[in-house]
Amino acid sequence: MIAVIDYKAGNLTSVVKALRHLGTKDVVVTQSPADVRAAGKVVLPGVGHFQSTQLLQDLGLTQAVRESAAAGKPFLGICVGLQWLYEGSTEAPETDGLCHFASKCERFPAKFNGAELKSPHVGWNSLEQIRPDSRLLHGISDGAFVYFTHSWRAPVSADTAAVTNYGGAFTAAVERGNVMGVQFHPEKSAEIGLQVLRNFLEL
Amino acid sequence: MLTKRIVACLDVRDGRVVKGVQFVDIIDAGDPAELAHRHAAAGADEIVLLDITATHERRGTLLDTVKRAAAKLFVPFTVGGGVRTADEAAAVFDAGADKVSINSAAIARPELIGEIGSSFGAQAVIVAIDARRGDQSPDPAEVYIAGGRKPTGRKVVEWAREAEQRGAGEILLTSMDTDGMRSGFDCELTAAVSEAVQIPVIASGGAGSAQHFADVFGRGKADAALAASIFHFGVTDSRVLKAELQRAGVSVRLPC
Repeated sequence: MIAVIDYKAGNLTSVVKALRHLGTKDVVVTQSPADVRAAGKVVLPGVGHFQSTQLLQDLGLTQAVRESAAAGKPFLGICVGLQWLYEGSTEAPETDGLCHFASKCERFPAKFNGAELKSPHVGWNSLEQIRPDSRLLHGISDGAFVYFTHSWRAPVSADTAAVTNYGGAFTAAVERGNVMGVQFHPEKSAEIGLQVLRNFLEL
Repeated sequence: MLTKRIVACLDVRDGRVVKGVQFVDIIDAGDPAELAHRHAAAGADEIVLLDITATHERRGTLLDTVKRAAAKLFVPFTVGGGVRTADEAAAVFDAGADKVSINSAAIARPELIGEIGSSFGAQAVIVAIDARRGDQSPDPAEVYIAGGRKPTGRKVVEWAREAEQRGAGEILLTSMDTDGMRSGFDCELTAAVSEAVQIPVIASGGAGSAQHFADVFGRGKADAALAASIFHFGVTDSRVLKAELQRAGVSVRLPC
């Protein structure tokens, strides 16, 4: 079973639709920590405000995810779901993330190299410096385009599996063992995105 | 590098895709779900479905059409037309849209922008602006609502700024002067809006050739450009268009 966590942050329809399209029969959209513990894989989507991840803590889902991840089960965070894997975000400083990866997510700078930088970062941008050992990005080459829409971003670290450049490099994908996240929307990134989800399903 | 987006637009009326010239003279162009898939397969970066009659006939958006079109669409999908409340927006998201485009309702009650944004994120809210300036400069361009039927007395650039402040994620700017004419986008007006806001601007109205897109991405400073009729009747498809744009030095998603 794959648990897709519903924390009332935007729209889960597309993610569930994509997972089913790839042949997954057993997808459960849930707010229950028991479902998360029972699931073989966990997906945390999210389009919205970092503040909404507070519900994960309030419903006991944070603890359930921690246990699932510690048991070695694959976890995929998407967009805000990736950001939540870090310590937090300046978007909602009072809300803690999972703290699985170090440091906080920050807003895009208003200016970069002296020029104004539009925010949110919306559109198709390329994945670069893909880590050869990334299981999530297996079969995907540098320069592949994926769809982003976000105003906050995670910094680059040793766990970064791919970067994207917009106002400097940021983490487009993060991966350490069984815990993974993507800042882009694989469910909206045409064939490349479906490949990412397929890789996750095959873990 | 962030690429310029080619957006394929389906204007839907009574469950069929139609295309008008300067907002009238409607011609039938096919089934929305089928056309959405065809556009995505042909390399469009994004699909927009606008229910062009929803507002003035006071109908809700055609959720079934949205559901069918979204079923196997794995590129961003925007739906507009007749969304008046946050609940109606929620129903559209539920049917499979990634973004909603609001127009008349945002003018009537600008708080709606923030209300949808607070539940679904700013990136899910596109404020659509229908603009007319005739042969005047971009400055006095006026906002029209109700599918281009009703002037509001509001200035386009000013309204775009307010929409941004209220939490819009993108602006979809349609020039009623150039719409359906295939004689090029209104680059001056697009640039005026793009320079006034931080959020992405999608230019619409007047696409007729690859050069028109190159112009609006260059001079017009658009982040994305939208076309409808140019694609529907097999004039060109997104992949062909993008290859031409790439040769002209525009950064686009290729291969796609």
